[in-house]
Amino acid sequence: MPYIPYLGEYFPVLIFLAIAVVLSSAMVGMAYLVARQKPDKEKNSAYECGFEAFDSARRRFDVRYYLVAILFIIFDLEVAFLFPWAITLDDGSVFAFWSMMVFLGVLTIGFIYEWKKGALEWE
Amino acid sequence: MDSSVLLNLGMQLGWLILLVLMIVVPLLITVAYVTYAERKVLALVQLRMGPNLVGPFGLLQPFADGLKLIAKETIIPTGANRALFVAAPILLFFLSLVSWAVIPFDVGLVLADINVGVLYLFALSSLGVYGIIIAGWASNSKYSFLGSLRSAAQMVSYEVSIGLVIITVLLLAGSMNLSTIIIGQAGGITGWYIWPLLPMFFIFFISGLAETNRCPFDLPEGESELVGGFNTEYSSMTFALFFLGEYANMILMSAMTAVLFLGGWHSPIPGDDVIPGLVWFAAKIAFCLFVFIWVRATMPRFRYDQLMRLGWKIFLPFSLLYVVGVAAYVTFFRGAL
Repeated sequence: MPYIPYLGEYFPVLIFLAIAVVLSSAMVGMAYLVARQKPDKEKNSAYECGFEAFDSARRRFDVRYYLVAILFIIFDLEVAFLFPWAITLDDGSVFAFWSMMVFLGVLTIGFIYEWKKGALEWE
Repeated sequence: MDSSVLLNLGMQLGWLILLVLMIVVPLLITVAYVTYAERKVLALVQLRMGPNLVGPFGLLQPFADGLKLIAKETIIPTGANRALFVAAPILLFFLSLVSWAVIPFDVGLVLADINVGVLYLFALSSLGVYGIIIAGWASNSKYSFLGSLRSAAQMVSYEVSIGLVIITVLLLAGSMNLSTIIIGQAGGITGWYIWPLLPMFFIFFISGLAETNRCPFDLPEGESELVGGFNTEYSSMTFALFFLGEYANMILMSAMTAVLFLGGWHSPIPGDDVIPGLVWFAAKIAFCLFVFIWVRATMPRFRYDQLMRLGWKIFLPFSLLYVVGVAAYVTFFRGAL
C-alpha cells in the first residue's frame, strides 16, 4: 500500500486517532441529544452525601502526592533512557552495559537516599 | 492532481477506515461481553445466577445496559468546568481505543506495524493519567478530586515498574516491534518469555491490576469512602465512557501480557498450525481477563499505604535488579552460548 509521504506506516495510526476521537465524541453527543435534558439546581449541585457543599473542592495538593509525582518523573525518564539501550544491547557491547550500570548506580544511590529520608513512607 | 490519483487515494483511505472499524467494532463488542462475563463469573463464585433475564442466559444484558445509559440525562454540575468535564471521559475512552492500532493479532495481521510499538503503548498508557486528573479537577467535587489524586498517584507508581518489566522483555527480544517480540517467542510453550521472566510476569500482571484501577487496587473508587472516585459526578454516556475505557484497558493489558510474555499468536505446542493464531491470541487474552475477574472475586482491597509500599519498595527495586540481571545475561552469556 503506497501511503502519504512522510507518514509511512504511521498513517493508519493517524486514521485510527481520527476515528477514535469522532467515535467517542459522537457517543457523548448522541446521549446528549437522545435523552431529555431537564437540569435543576439540586440535581446539578456537587455530590456531598446529601449536604450542601461546604466549600470549593479545589484544594491544595497533599505534598505526598507531589513527592510521588516527582519520583515518577525521575524513574520514568530513566525508563525512557533504558528503552533504546535495551534494544541495542544484544550486539554484545560490554561498554554499553557498564555505562548504563554507572547510570543505574547513581540512580540507585538517589533511591536509597529517598528511602532513608522517608520519602516513600505513606502515613 | 488528476482524478484517478484522487480516486486511488480515496479508496485507500476508505480501506483504512474499514480496517480500523474492523478492530474497533469487535473491540467494543468484546468490552460489552467482558462486563457480562465479569458479572457471570462473580455470580458463579458467589453461588448466584447473575444476569439471566435479558435474552438467552442474559446475553443481551450489556446492550440493555448500554441503551439505558444512552437514554439517561447528561448531568453537568454547576461548579464544573463544562468543557473539561466532558472532555475527560472522551480522552480516556479515546486513549483506550487507539492503543489497539499496533497490537498484532496474527502473523501480519496488524494495522500499523511500527518499529516502536512498545514505546507507543507505553506512551499512551502514561497519558491515561491526564483523563483522570482532568475528570477529578473539572468535577469540582471533593470525592472526585480525592479519587482522581489517589488514582493518579497509584497509576504513576505502578507505571514505573511496568516500564522496567517491559525493558526486560526488550532486552531479550532486541526490538520494540510487537510482531518481532512475538516471533522471538516461537517454538511452543517453552519459548515464551514467561519462563525466563517469571517474576517479571507476575509484577507486570499485578501492576496491570493497579494501572487499570482494578481490585485489589480499586482504592480510587473505594465506594465505602469515596463514593465513586473520580467519576462520582458523571452520568449517562460520560459515565459509560469511563466504564468502557476501564474495560478496554483491561483487555489491552491482557493483550500486552499475551504479546510480551505468552507468545502472542503462537500455539503452546511446537509445530502446531491446526488452530489459527488469532484464536490462540484471543484465548490468551480471555485467560488473562478471567484472572482479572477471578482476582476481583477473591481479594480484599488493599490499604493505601500498603499499595504505595508494594509499588515503590518491592516492585521497583526488584524489577530494577532483574533488569540488571537480564542485561548482564544478554551482554556476557547469550553471545557465548
